[in-house]
Amino acid sequence: MNLEELLAIQKETKQKRQQKPKQIRCCIASGCLSCGAESVKKSLDNAIKEAHLEQEVEVLGVGCMGICGRGPSIEIDPETTLYHNVTLENIPAIITSLNQTKTSENLPPQGDLNHPFFAYQKLIVRENSGKIDPDNIDDYIAEGGYQQLHHVLLEMTPNDVIKEVTKSGLRGRGGGGYPTGVKWATVAKMPGQQKYVICNADEGDPGAFMDRAVLESDPHRILEGMAIAAYAVGANHGYIYIRAEYPLAIKRLEKAIQQAKRYGLMGSQIFDSPFDFKIDIRVGAGAFVCGEETALIASVEGKRGTPRPRPPYPAESGLWGDPTLINNVETYANIVPIIREGGDWYASIGTENSKGTKVFALTGKIENNGLIEVPMGTSIRTIVEEIGGGVLDQGTVKAVQTGGPSGGCIPAHLLDTPVEYDSLQKLGTIMGSGGMIVMDQDTSMVEIARFYMDFCQEESCGKCIPCRAGTVQLYDLLTKLVERKATQQDLDQLEALCQMVKDTSLCGLGMTAPNPVISTLQYFRDEYVSLLQVT
Amino acid sequence: MVVKTLIINNQLLTASEDQTILEAAKDAGIDIPTLCHLDGVSDVGACRLCLVEIEGSSKLQPACVTQVQEGMVIQTETEKLQTYRRMAVELLFAEGNHVCAVCVVNGNCQLQDVAVRVGMDHSRFPYQFPQRKVDLSHPQFGMDHNRCILCTRCVRVCDEIEGAHVWDVASRGGQSFIVSGINQPWGDVNACTSCGKCVDACPTGAIFRKGSTVAEMNHDPEKIRFLVTAREQKEWTR
Ligand SMILES: Cc1cc2nc3c(=O)[nH]c(=O)nc-3n(C[C@H](O)[C@H](O)[C@H](O)COP(=O)(O)O)c2cc1C
Ligand code: SF4
Ligand code: SF4
Ligand code: SF4
Ligand code: FES
Repeated sequence: MNLEELLAIQKETKQKRQQKPKQIRCCIASGCLSCGAESVKKSLDNAIKEAHLEQEVEVLGVGCMGICGRGPSIEIDPETTLYHNVTLENIPAIITSLNQTKTSENLPPQGDLNHPFFAYQKLIVRENSGKIDPDNIDDYIAEGGYQQLHHVLLEMTPNDVIKEVTKSGLRGRGGGGYPTGVKWATVAKMPGQQKYVICNADEGDPGAFMDRAVLESDPHRILEGMAIAAYAVGANHGYIYIRAEYPLAIKRLEKAIQQAKRYGLMGSQIFDSPFDFKIDIRVGAGAFVCGEETALIASVEGKRGTPRPRPPYPAESGLWGDPTLINNVETYANIVPIIREGGDWYASIGTENSKGTKVFALTGKIENNGLIEVPMGTSIRTIVEEIGGGVLDQGTVKAVQTGGPSGGCIPAHLLDTPVEYDSLQKLGTIMGSGGMIVMDQDTSMVEIARFYMDFCQEESCGKCIPCRAGTVQLYDLLTKLVERKATQQDLDQLEALCQMVKDTSLCGLGMTAPNPVISTLQYFRDEYVSLLQVT
Repeated sequence: MVVKTLIINNQLLTASEDQTILEAAKDAGIDIPTLCHLDGVSDVGACRLCLVEIEGSSKLQPACVTQVQEGMVIQTETEKLQTYRRMAVELLFAEGNHVCAVCVVNGNCQLQDVAVRVGMDHSRFPYQFPQRKVDLSHPQFGMDHNRCILCTRCVRVCDEIEGAHVWDVASRGGQSFIVSGINQPWGDVNACTSCGKCVDACPTGAIFRKGSTVAEMNHDPEKIRFLVTAREQKEWTR
């Protein structure tokens, strides 16, 4: 494959898509599939055939459109009509409406693309999501896919690439927010012939499905991002570590890798450059701790997935002792646009210390559940009240949980806080990987804290004492509180133990496990106190 | 050999660059409590008892896996560290079933020693009273999971020194336990050479020699160190 061939595929695919005047795009990502998108797509296919409309209408399976809470969703072009909650009964009406402007009673509810849910978003990571067929590499190429890899390999030095990524100000989206450019530069500087790049697609936080949606909707984006990273740091072998609970994402990734190989976009001497690169998929059993980088590396090596003390960091000694770059799915998904538009462009979006956009999985007691991508700095209030449409059943927001089991709660009176690494941290929570759970007035914050502690005690790897034994005791103390059997002494012990587990655990799981308790104690202490036994 | 100068508990001392804080402290006669550390096998930094405060770092660092650096200023006995250590030992006692009076190593137990060292006489955490097994299938030795603190010293010594890899860890979190073979009775594991290294490595009464009555069972963890030196430096005397 060379650039001319790539551009020819792009042109051809675009023309092909324009041949038919109408296009129906059906979301076939997990969210919609779980409410029957597959049969909707099949029925549409059949109905089009029966109506002899194959020459005029193209039915395309595409990735996630974001509004997952109202699936199955379909979109019809060129009018860009969006339909929600499509059922098989709606199909005849949809087919009829294709030719006439007449509206039928049997049409599914129509979505409003001018609604703040769509209008307030900015799509960088998800720019192709819901537009292209994730199973078809030509669709990705039609959107300019693999051109940035070509540009990087033939016109940039590894150092240029790192400079661009550094300039963008991109910070890791896996939770820690470490500057991506600095990480790449460190791995690039390490001596050694053999280096690796790893994509962390473990996504173990409860309430999070951002990475899954990106992989299911636009898998080539990740492959191209990883290839660019590999070139920049001097690696020729990549691994995608993904949990077995994500079979569709695995299937699409496998297909994408095959297609890229067939086109010569993966393998040896890509674009006739000296750069070789291949990617293997490693399927994890689905343990939260395996998202921790040293545990993940152990798991890829075929060992028990438990963390080890750092230093040495993976950049120095990672997979099989070699320098290893490990980044999150969303981090890699940002690379292609950064190379295409430049680091300065990316840095112009967002805030001083948090650049670009962030994808959130917005869930909980909220009108519009789904996946959103907003510029950093957007206020939590905008996300919850405008994009999310506010709380269900005219309820009120009590708190918004971010950062999953490592994070904490933002109380209602602080909703105007902008989404930024530092501002969230100041409130005692974190951006995390992007789960955002809205809680209404009826939520018990102590029970929420107990829910996360239950998760952590179950997911603790058991290696170190504070996390293994401490989370169990913390969970028991919270249970005692919920059952109204706790005394002031128990509350004091709860707080002391939270501090101990946080300060002494070996890895991030234990170090952050007390955060939901600490944060709810900070803003909702009266709820804890009101549960105490009066002695 | 490059020599580094550092300060531990206001005491100025020197150490060679490849030493850990734990080793440097030990050489200077400063005692840092440990449980998962065993001279002669790799360190895992799991028990967290050896955590120390290093000036300029807000995070506590495990002395057993942290290399010395020039100019380091270290505290090993701050109030915070003492509190945390005591809590860690309390957590261990509450987690297993430690009834010292009827234990084969009563009086010769490193967990007991550490408890005394950190000033723990009872646990303020409620005991969990887990249902755990005792495996007596091995002709010479026994394994009492009730006393196990999951330090993985047996796992490492069997893998790294004996090369048999009989032991490993199974399950997660509070459910974690040590398995022999592929979760078989110890006596059925053909790989076990009955060398007894795990018996000497175990800091508690979890792995013991059969036939020992209460307080009779002595471990000899020094033997592991001796074996390693013997092999590496061809020194065959203790
Ligand atoms: C317990 C635990 C679980 C984690 N799970 C994930 C995960 O599922 N996905 C992820 O990308 N990072 C996860 N991380 C963070 C990773 O260890 C690592 O920092 C990240 O993958 C680095 O990528 P980034 O720089 O692109 O954020 C987890 C960390 C901890 C401590
Ligand atoms: S903090 Fe928890 S998960 Fe991390 S090493 Fe310790 S026991 Fe394992
Ligand atoms: S192993 Fe040690 S601490 Fe546990 S019961 Fe036996 S003597 Fe007591
Ligand atoms: S059996 Fe003994 S050496 Fe092995 S993990 Fe348990 S306490 Fe440690
Ligand atoms: S001896 Fe260092 S952590 Fe156990």
